[in-house]
Amino acid sequence: MQMHQTVGGDVLLDVRDLQTHFYGEDSVTRALGGISFQVKKGETLGVVGESGCGKSVTALSILRLLPRLTAKTVGGQVRFHGRNLLELSDREMRQIRGDQIAMIFQEPMTSLNPVYTVGHQIAEVIQIHTKASRSVAMARAGEMLRLVRIADPERRVNNYPHEISGGMRQRAMIAMALACSPELLIADEPTTALDVTIQAQILRLIVDLKERTGTAVMFITHDLGVVAETCQRVIVMYAGRIVEQATVIDLFARPAHPYTQGLLRSVPDRRRARHRRLPEIPGIVPSLREPITGCSFAPRCPFATDICREKTPSLRDVGSSHATACWRAEEVMGA
Amino acid sequence: MAAYILRRMLSTIAVMAMVGIFVFLLLRLAPGDPAAMMAGKAATAERIAAIREQLGLNDPVPIQFVRWVRDMLGGDFGISIFAGRPVLELISQRLEPTLSLSILTMILSVTIGVCFGILAAWRTGGLVDRLLTAFSAFGYSVPVFVIGYFLIYFFAIRIHWLPVQGYVPIDRGLGPWFAHLILPTVALGLGYIAFIARVTRASMLEVLSEDYMRTAAAKGASSYAILFHHALKNAGVPILTVIGISFAYLIGGVVLTETVFNIPGIGRLVVDAINNRDYPIIQSVLILTSGLYVLINLAVDLSYTLVDPRIRY
Repeated sequence: MQMHQTVGGDVLLDVRDLQTHFYGEDSVTRALGGISFQVKKGETLGVVGESGCGKSVTALSILRLLPRLTAKTVGGQVRFHGRNLLELSDREMRQIRGDQIAMIFQEPMTSLNPVYTVGHQIAEVIQIHTKASRSVAMARAGEMLRLVRIADPERRVNNYPHEISGGMRQRAMIAMALACSPELLIADEPTTALDVTIQAQILRLIVDLKERTGTAVMFITHDLGVVAETCQRVIVMYAGRIVEQATVIDLFARPAHPYTQGLLRSVPDRRRARHRRLPEIPGIVPSLREPITGCSFAPRCPFATDICREKTPSLRDVGSSHATACWRAEEVMGA
Repeated sequence: MAAYILRRMLSTIAVMAMVGIFVFLLLRLAPGDPAAMMAGKAATAERIAAIREQLGLNDPVPIQFVRWVRDMLGGDFGISIFAGRPVLELISQRLEPTLSLSILTMILSVTIGVCFGILAAWRTGGLVDRLLTAFSAFGYSVPVFVIGYFLIYFFAIRIHWLPVQGYVPIDRGLGPWFAHLILPTVALGLGYIAFIARVTRASMLEVLSEDYMRTAAAKGASSYAILFHHALKNAGVPILTVIGISFAYLIGGVVLTETVFNIPGIGRLVVDAINNRDYPIIQSVLILTSGLYVLINLAVDLSYTLVDPRIRY
């Protein structure tokens, strides 16, 4: 938790102790148990973890897009250009969404509005945030489609989402997200729902466009292979908390949290013998409905001792730009 | 699209033929001699014979049917037994009040019903939503004549804001015309407002939980744009359907409302015709309203293409 004081003026997004709860019939799920991290200008930050660890909730909390009735961010700050987004009026927040911070979603099949053309939907975001006329915005939509390498953009602007493929829809989503040149792009599993061959193309596209535009990217994924290809830094989330943050090189070379180690081991590797069973992390993710005492990973952790079960570890430095929330990080790294 | 419309038109002919046979048999299947029945209890034998001759009842039934259909296709809907004037003329005289009431009621129900439903869906469980639940229970369950007489009692008799009953043609002044139609429109419209609002709410709730609504919010779209631009068009098909159904049901509601408010429209014409056993009028109104139903249905089906590009005919 000490890390954010040490970084200088190139911080774009500064999330501090963010806590988000989901409310059920008679239960409260602590989806985010106080997470802190930063996104620097122009960098690509990976956010990894398994389903339900709070990756998407983090993104939606930042943009304040959580379902209104069932979820609420109850604590912390999201500082962007020195302003706490959680304290902005709805109107001020709308001016940021789609303009300075844009987001692309996992499901390209359902994330576009089926009753409007692709061009219309891209032009809309331009018209919301600039004074561009309809025709100027439509022309710009065509340019954006060309930028995301959709063939025949002049024709595609007039296509409805059901008339184009899933990969093309995700390209259109990217075009929409980048149309106002945002400073931060949040990509929530943008390739998960796509065919493997299309996945690689979309990843390449995001990396290329990021290089060209200088947009910072927060890349949410459960796929460590994607992280290795796209990101400079990574945060690893488990049960609504950050358990490790590091540069990609450090994370792969010297994972300091047993959970990260488990994740790395469970990535299929062609060099490994074919018949060998892929290692898995034993046990299940704890329920976030009851308060957890001690480290939330302790029940599944081969390194766990009494202190792990009694006291919750905070993030602590274990190297330069490398922090982990593990009491026994030194032993883990040595193992 | 053109082929679809043509196909629908052909099926319309089949539907109308069935309706025609039914309506035709209505007269023949009624117990007793239709001519004697129409003439009434005190009629003389000459009067009955004259009616029988006028209706062509002395001819074989199939020939009567063919003649009846041929006359209608030629625009001849027969002569009213009671008034002794062409049915079509009587209907066209009564058309303006009924159309005025129907169209005003539809405008009122659609605008208020759709907006009410959208607001209720926008803040589910909120004040507007709970109001809608209470209101629709009321709108569904209280019949037009109860609401009608209550409105007359309060707004016309107690506080004298509006005329009690009757109708003023539109060419005698827009103000009086409108003033006479306010109470009947509200009385008739409440049920439709409730109906349209409930369907709009349900359809909007479904759409609002779709992924693309989150996309719209992530673009920075305003609540208004999200509701009316992104959601409403997607929620449109069920709403258009229920508007079509409402319009069709309206014809039934109009009969009651016209009676309560003493409006000389088609509804009153039919009620009077039934009381007088004026079969040519009853038959003609049945045929014409059935045709209108079928056309409304076709219009509703075609209107789907306006809101959803995935629907093609």
